[in-house]
Amino acid sequence: MKILVAIKRVVDANVKVRVKADNSGVDLTNAKMAVNPFCEIAIEEAIRLKEKGLAEEIIAVSIGEKACQEQIRTALALGADRGIHVEAAADLQPLPVARLLQKLVEKEGIGLVILGKQSIDSDNNQVGQMLAALAGMPQGTFACKVDIADGRALVTREVDGGEQTVSLRLPAVITTDLRLNEPRYASLPNIMKAKKKQLDTVTPEELGVDVSSGLKVIAVEPPPSRSAGVKVASVDELISKLKTEAKVI
Amino acid sequence: MSILVIAEHDNTALRPATLNTITAAKAIGGDIVVLVAGSNCAAVAASAAAVAGVSKVLLADNAVYANQLPENISALVVEIAGAYSHVLAPATTTGKNFMPRVAALLGVAQISDITAVKSADTFVRPIYAGNALATVQSSDAVKVVTVRGTGFEEAAKDGGSAAVETLAVVKDQDIAEFVSQQLTVSERPELTGASIVISGGRGMQNGDNFVLLEKVADKLGAAIGASRAAVDAGFVPNDMQVGQTGKIVAPDLYIAVGISGAIQHLAGMKDSKVIVAINKDEEAPIFQVADYGLVADLFQAVPELAEKL
Repeated sequence: MKILVAIKRVVDANVKVRVKADNSGVDLTNAKMAVNPFCEIAIEEAIRLKEKGLAEEIIAVSIGEKACQEQIRTALALGADRGIHVEAAADLQPLPVARLLQKLVEKEGIGLVILGKQSIDSDNNQVGQMLAALAGMPQGTFACKVDIADGRALVTREVDGGEQTVSLRLPAVITTDLRLNEPRYASLPNIMKAKKKQLDTVTPEELGVDVSSGLKVIAVEPPPSRSAGVKVASVDELISKLKTEAKVI
Repeated sequence: MSILVIAEHDNTALRPATLNTITAAKAIGGDIVVLVAGSNCAAVAASAAAVAGVSKVLLADNAVYANQLPENISALVVEIAGAYSHVLAPATTTGKNFMPRVAALLGVAQISDITAVKSADTFVRPIYAGNALATVQSSDAVKVVTVRGTGFEEAAKDGGSAAVETLAVVKDQDIAEFVSQQLTVSERPELTGASIVISGGRGMQNGDNFVLLEKVADKLGAAIGASRAAVDAGFVPNDMQVGQTGKIVAPDLYIAVGISGAIQHLAGMKDSKVIVAINKDEEAPIFQVADYGLVADLFQAVPELAEKL
């Protein structure tokens, strides 16, 4: 089976972003960029399935500007076999992204798609579910455990009250939660080898996908800010402040 | 305009998140129709019909909907969505699971986790772990929206008297099966709806020490949460995680114990009315958002707090 892993280039998780003065978006000038943390977990899971002999090829795909190729190279250094870069605007909405991925799933004859559950920039948590819908596949979202056997994926999911296990008929879509695995680091020799791996570029037009969206961002604003309050000296003072000043207990 | 709200429930009771979603629907304006899809869930439909502001309840009662499998629920919703200008669901793990599937099948965008309604086509949602608020406008024929519960009050549970209409639509895609679930049993109030929350982080050192928080929680009738660090270290189960990728809470009082206050954790609690931080590191970022900070060793401060409350 072939596994498709979708990865997104996002601002590094530890960067505190600032909103642009003209409220058009978030200022990413010179910000450190990285593979979205959930996507790293998706790559790792795909590699583990391949190591278990359950997959013969891992294809890493990223959609966005040219710089995405850095993140695809990272996936190749970690163990993906080849990469596909769909060259498009950096801020495509989830539905066009899902449509592009669906075309690749069809074209490559993919048996399993693994994505992160959400990107830490747009926080949508949509692409995997949308792709599953378009491809007519079952979905195992927020996965913390995946077992593949007998043409089915047994997926344990993190849900609000605890955990839930579902059995999906392959081909299927899985989205990763944080506790699915601990991603490995790429070694220097593997980073060098990754430079030689195949990385194809396609455009949305070549895939026959219209990337427009019915959604328009009108403004991006900073949230109301909280300021530091007071330091109390003792537990007694804390309790009395909560009782008399804040009146919350 | 007519708005379809998809109820969140466990086949026996309506979940409070549905009530916040109904309030968001009221802010949009129009008739509010609630869909209850499940198995043996007539009681849920009856309680949805009693919610103030609901004009009609649709009941789809069939074994194929018992566990809210997204493959089946989304097919059902798409079947009836044509009559509505908006489809809303709570941004819980269930809503997040099936709603994007609904949107894709309808060929429209989804607007995730809204915290405010500006107009019938314009909504506000947090991005970048809540470090920016995006105002988005949708030109799609059907607006598919998930609602962040903490952004809206709960609608009154009574005062309504909507009619319940039974739907005979059975959608079984037969590509996914429910196998089992392991739910955490707790006597405490639910994390997302509690008025007081006490959370522990890496500073708790191990799972046994969460007993210290339980003593305080018992006195205050509080729910117990945790940071991702505490969950990853295996101290507590992951459904207790508060943060960008866990639960979003906005209680009257949030007590953060041994939590440094990373961006991802703040995303889940910074809309709390009053924040208290107990941490021995006075440089911890959590003190920058705390209304009351106590720089102390939690192993002394928390037992003392439990005793004196």
